[in-house]
Amino acid sequence: MEKTVVLQLKNITKRFGSKVLANNNVSLDVYKGEILSILGENGCGKTTLMNMIAGIYYPDSGKILINGEEVIIRSPRDAFEHKIGMIHQHFKLIDIFTAAQNVALGIENEKYNLKSVNNRIKEMAQKYGFNINLDKKIYEMSVSEKQTVEILKVLYRGADILILDEPTAVLTPQEIRSLFNVLKAMKDDGKSIIIITHKLNEVMEISDRVTVLRKGEHIATVNTAQTSEKELTEMMVGEKIDLNINRTEPVDSKLRLSVSGLTVKKPDGYKVIDNVSFEAFGGEILGIAGIAGSGQKELLEAIAGLNSYDSGTLTYYHPKKDKPVSFYHKTYKRVMELANENAFKDNNGNDIDFKKLSKKEIKALVNEEKILFKEDEVIDLKDKSPREIRELGIRLSFVPEDRLGMGLVGSMDIVDNMMLRSYRKGKSLFLNRKIPSDLADRIISELEVNTPDSHTAVRKLSGGNVQKILVGREIASSPAILMTAYPVRGLDINSSYTIYNLLNEQKQKGVSVIFVGEDLDVLMALSDRILVLSGGKISGIVDARTTTKDEIGLLMVKSGKNEVTE
Amino acid sequence: MIVTFLMSAIAIGTVLLFGCIGETITEKAGHLNLGIPGIMCTGTVGGCLFVSLYMNSLENPEGASWIALILSSLFGAFLFASLTGAIYAVITITFRCNQNITGLAITIFGNGLTQFLMHSYVDKSNFSTAGKIIAQSLPFTEGSGGVVKVLFGHGFYVYFAIFIALIATFIFNRTKVGLNLRAIGENTATADAMGVNITLYKYVAILVGSGIAGFGGVFYIMDYVKGSWENASTIEAFGWLAIALVIFTLWKPNISIIGSYLFGALYIAAFVFGNISFSEREILKMLPYVITIIVLIVTSMMNKKENQPPQNLGLNYFREER
Repeated sequence: MEKTVVLQLKNITKRFGSKVLANNNVSLDVYKGEILSILGENGCGKTTLMNMIAGIYYPDSGKILINGEEVIIRSPRDAFEHKIGMIHQHFKLIDIFTAAQNVALGIENEKYNLKSVNNRIKEMAQKYGFNINLDKKIYEMSVSEKQTVEILKVLYRGADILILDEPTAVLTPQEIRSLFNVLKAMKDDGKSIIIITHKLNEVMEISDRVTVLRKGEHIATVNTAQTSEKELTEMMVGEKIDLNINRTEPVDSKLRLSVSGLTVKKPDGYKVIDNVSFEAFGGEILGIAGIAGSGQKELLEAIAGLNSYDSGTLTYYHPKKDKPVSFYHKTYKRVMELANENAFKDNNGNDIDFKKLSKKEIKALVNEEKILFKEDEVIDLKDKSPREIRELGIRLSFVPEDRLGMGLVGSMDIVDNMMLRSYRKGKSLFLNRKIPSDLADRIISELEVNTPDSHTAVRKLSGGNVQKILVGREIASSPAILMTAYPVRGLDINSSYTIYNLLNEQKQKGVSVIFVGEDLDVLMALSDRILVLSGGKISGIVDARTTTKDEIGLLMVKSGKNEVTE
Repeated sequence: MIVTFLMSAIAIGTVLLFGCIGETITEKAGHLNLGIPGIMCTGTVGGCLFVSLYMNSLENPEGASWIALILSSLFGAFLFASLTGAIYAVITITFRCNQNITGLAITIFGNGLTQFLMHSYVDKSNFSTAGKIIAQSLPFTEGSGGVVKVLFGHGFYVYFAIFIALIATFIFNRTKVGLNLRAIGENTATADAMGVNITLYKYVAILVGSGIAGFGGVFYIMDYVKGSWENASTIEAFGWLAIALVIFTLWKPNISIIGSYLFGALYIAAFVFGNISFSEREILKMLPYVITIIVLIVTSMMNKKENQPPQNLGLNYFREER
């Protein structure tokens, strides 16, 4: 059967300002009843291109043809009139509305009657196999339910061309499977589906054809059946890259953090973290998996001291063993206090008899780094302030959904953002801008941050670069425990691997890395052990080298018991 | 005594109610309009100006028709208030300036302009005649007492305010326009993506909201104080109360009918009870604000999403912002 072309893009070009060329001369065909994947690195213009079809942006030049006729799409309303609907990465839903109200929003040519809207939603749900509760308001829904409403919204408007921007980024494996079933049902119904994604395995699984974009330009469109993940990656990046995460065996595995019976309650008494106990070791990466909102954020924040907890203990083993006392304590008084606790040895491992030494001699030994700690210091984190915890070497880099919300100030430049962590240092009335400025330059060059200079506002950088700066800053403080949540959120392959390598480097240095991730493939390839959270409880701790995706997926949705399996 | 108190409470409440509905409409569109006090002032000038133009055009002002008086005052108030609102709208929607700063500037501007125009250009000679006719515009005004008087003894404006509040409630909850408008205030980008004409809705909401707020001022001058201009500076104070009332009523115009009468009662209590000291009076006048703060605390503790302010309140919208 001859395939009919429903949507054609011809020589589309779009600029933002004078510098950023988002799309350059892109041409593309979409057939009826197919699933087309758009693949490309971050900032390659995938979303921009799709936004032009959906009427969010308007192209500077080029043509859009629908069923062979040239159309002008100036607004989302125009797009709907041409039966095009887009499901955005960040859901565009009104929190306090029901599904029906959200669906009815903006529809002009029919009477406002929520009952008939609800009936039609039910029909569509049956036809394509959706699961939806019509009485819930959006804010009570899970991510996957919200996504369902998004899809219903465009179907209700009679869309024949559906564009999905990163639809699987926040779903569990099970939810992804049911989404794919829905997409296949819609494809069989003759709808054309364009799906933007980073995940190559999904591209291979779901799509009929793949279009690869790179730096705003169209590289190739190929049939999925005739290509491979490796070939696609090379087209995306423009060079051969190694897709393996180099996981080393844990070295120097010393207990760094012991969490026992940790419980965090919300003001209304709901337990976001419920009796969580685990241990984290230096030189290993502990992955944390779970459906979004299972308590990952609260757990990390409790450890970092940003959030108070209701019961349980957090014990930190400060890596002082074999380190000179002068690293940590400068005053003679404090050194003598510790000496009385018999905390020291000399550089040959023998005890030191402080009684035989004069004050001057002791000070000299301290300065010559000849007085070392015998053991790690055991510290209860209960009464420490976030700043004290940070200075002890427990660092948190959390990348929230909007990427800029935590840890960086968007309107400040890179240097100033570095200074956020160092402004307390130095005794002068004025700030020392030299050190943060050097640090900024170092991070920019070492992590290959793509920025005009170190005085560019962080907000203006693309997602990957922002994340490199955030993670880079925390790493630069040479932490003992590095907690990082979603560090590759929304990043392209290349930047993601830069971050993975950074984490691996830290692991090899003996740092205890706690990595909260979304992509199970990555979690399994990067971590040594994976802790799975479900509804604030640990539903399992598994060995990342032997576990399967299905096992983790099941643990993610498991409820109730708080048993720990090793 | 109690009848007078209740009558005054409802009258002051009506001033607040107009302001409150107006502000609620603009806030539903995501615009926090702190210019409402100033807009209520300019609405007053507009209403008064058109009333005086009409009165001066008559040979015998005593025989003016109440319908014509009300229509001219409504028209003038709406015109001037929505013109002032238009300044706010252009600055915040088209030029996307900070809403709070713009609003405050509009209030200062509106109040100053009002004092200037009223003192220099508006002929106030027939105001007391016009005021009497407007206040007694409806049949039950004379000759009854007690409950009947409290419920039915007011001029046209009082019932008009209730009518607008109910209409606004209906539009918000039962119509497509209301759905779209609420969506804009909650999440402008979403409404935009769904094809709602954001700019149009925002302009209309601000112009209509401002116009409605303007009725409050002209009602106060023409009906409640029956044409005396001396107390006009209180209109700005009513404007601030109206903004507090929006929070108190949880952005629901139907609740605002009751809420505004309560606020009116609290406000007027300070003047009705003659035998209290200055400080006691000031404390009474404070009560509406105290109650508003308590409501804010209670609703934020209940944490029910529906009772929170529109999520995108105060944020200007630019589609291509990255």
